[in-house]
Amino acid sequence: MPFTPTVKQFKWIKAALFALALLPFLRLLLFALTDRLGANPIEFITRNSGDWTLYFLCLTLAVTPLRKLSKWHWLIKLRRMLGLFAFFYVALHFTTFLWFDHFFDLQEMAKDIAKRPFILVGFSAFVLLISLAVTSTNAMVKRLGGKRWQWLHRLIYLIAPLGILHFWWMKAAKHDFVQPLLFGAIVGALLLMRLYWRFAGAQPTVAGKRQLAPTQG
Amino acid sequence: QKLGAKANPAYVVMDPPTAYKDATTYNNFYEFGTDKADPARSAGTLKPRPWSVTIEGEVKKPLTLDLDALLRLAPLEERIYRHRCVEGWSMVIPWVGFSLSELIKKVEPTGNAKFIEFISLADKKQMPGINSPVLEWPYVEGLRLDEANHPLALLCLGMYGEALPNQNGAPVRVVLPWKYGFKSAKSIVKIRFTREQPNTAWNIAAPSEYGFYSNVNPDVDHPRWSQASERRIGEDGFFAKKRKTLRFNGYNQVASLYAGMDLKKYF
Repeated sequence: MPFTPTVKQFKWIKAALFALALLPFLRLLLFALTDRLGANPIEFITRNSGDWTLYFLCLTLAVTPLRKLSKWHWLIKLRRMLGLFAFFYVALHFTTFLWFDHFFDLQEMAKDIAKRPFILVGFSAFVLLISLAVTSTNAMVKRLGGKRWQWLHRLIYLIAPLGILHFWWMKAAKHDFVQPLLFGAIVGALLLMRLYWRFAGAQPTVAGKRQLAPTQG
Repeated sequence: QKLGAKANPAYVVMDPPTAYKDATTYNNFYEFGTDKADPARSAGTLKPRPWSVTIEGEVKKPLTLDLDALLRLAPLEERIYRHRCVEGWSMVIPWVGFSLSELIKKVEPTGNAKFIEFISLADKKQMPGINSPVLEWPYVEGLRLDEANHPLALLCLGMYGEALPNQNGAPVRVVLPWKYGFKSAKSIVKIRFTREQPNTAWNIAAPSEYGFYSNVNPDVDHPRWSQASERRIGEDGFFAKKRKTLRFNGYNQVASLYAGMDLKKYF
């Protein structure tokens, strides 16, 4: 029998995950208050919040594969929180760009976004993620209807690669592709697993048995 | 090690110098890693003494100088220069050294010498970053000979009144304040005079992004970000807007070197 937490256990798991996911933010706050962000604090915050956005996008995308492999189906109930944390960190990332890089000069910022594909790609991913964040509530799922909601939220399959492309372009200046390649491989694997389950997984296996019907997500 | 240097009043800037801590903990020196905190952490393995610099190529008097001979080559001056990184940040640094032209005079370039090439140390034992393929090693930089002879071009042996810290390019580097920082080669072991334009490290790595000249120019953007403004380390950021970047980083006295050249093409 795969492990299934009781209602009370699940509450604790969720609370612990919430606290863990908040740690990177608290660390930034602590560093800011104790003057440990280095010579270029803004760059530090921008890079760090960008990194954590990518980590949370990967974690969110990992829920379905993990659930299928472990049969821990209750994991799905943690997915929304992970996705919202990805949004939380990208909002922080965007705020540092808007505030510190452009000092709320919206016209300057718009020019920057339009002129530079690197920023345009990141900005597009951010805007798409907003639409997922605002439709993440139960009420919105009901209002949109399950099917339509699911289609909308498949945008994550676009958002994650856009985020990595944005990161790739940033690192290209440093000629250092190790990290973007790693992120690319992880997201690529997570997406390929879905394709596999959708197409190959539905085929009869050697033993002649059918595997679980592909679940969305 | 303290270096006795007289301040050169021709080269001062009104902006306050960057904090020593910032200037020595926020560095691009890929031989010690690509993160800007890496050099301060891992440059301890670099041995700046004994050190020698070989000067060769199109010169009448090729020469190998050890560090003491370099320090005695010309009177040491302190010059306060603005320093602009291609990444969009800047500092103000009091360097110690003398005009590169003093060294050039000494070796007597032949009539064929049109360019000068700076080759940095590439020793796996001293530099952990050499194991990474981010750039071709050794790090090579270069200038046209007339650029190298400009009095602003500094052969640099120290900063803040002391010998160069390892992470800042010990024991000898160049400083070219009108160009983006990566042109100012660090930990130099060889200087070569050539007929042809040298292939420089960043130009090899990304020719469309980093040109041979790489003069500071607010009108020529990097493909991925604007060069119109910069963040002065320690000053601009949380509560102050970034400042405008100046053409040639404010050193207009070099403009005549590029008279008639299309600086958008020769970026």
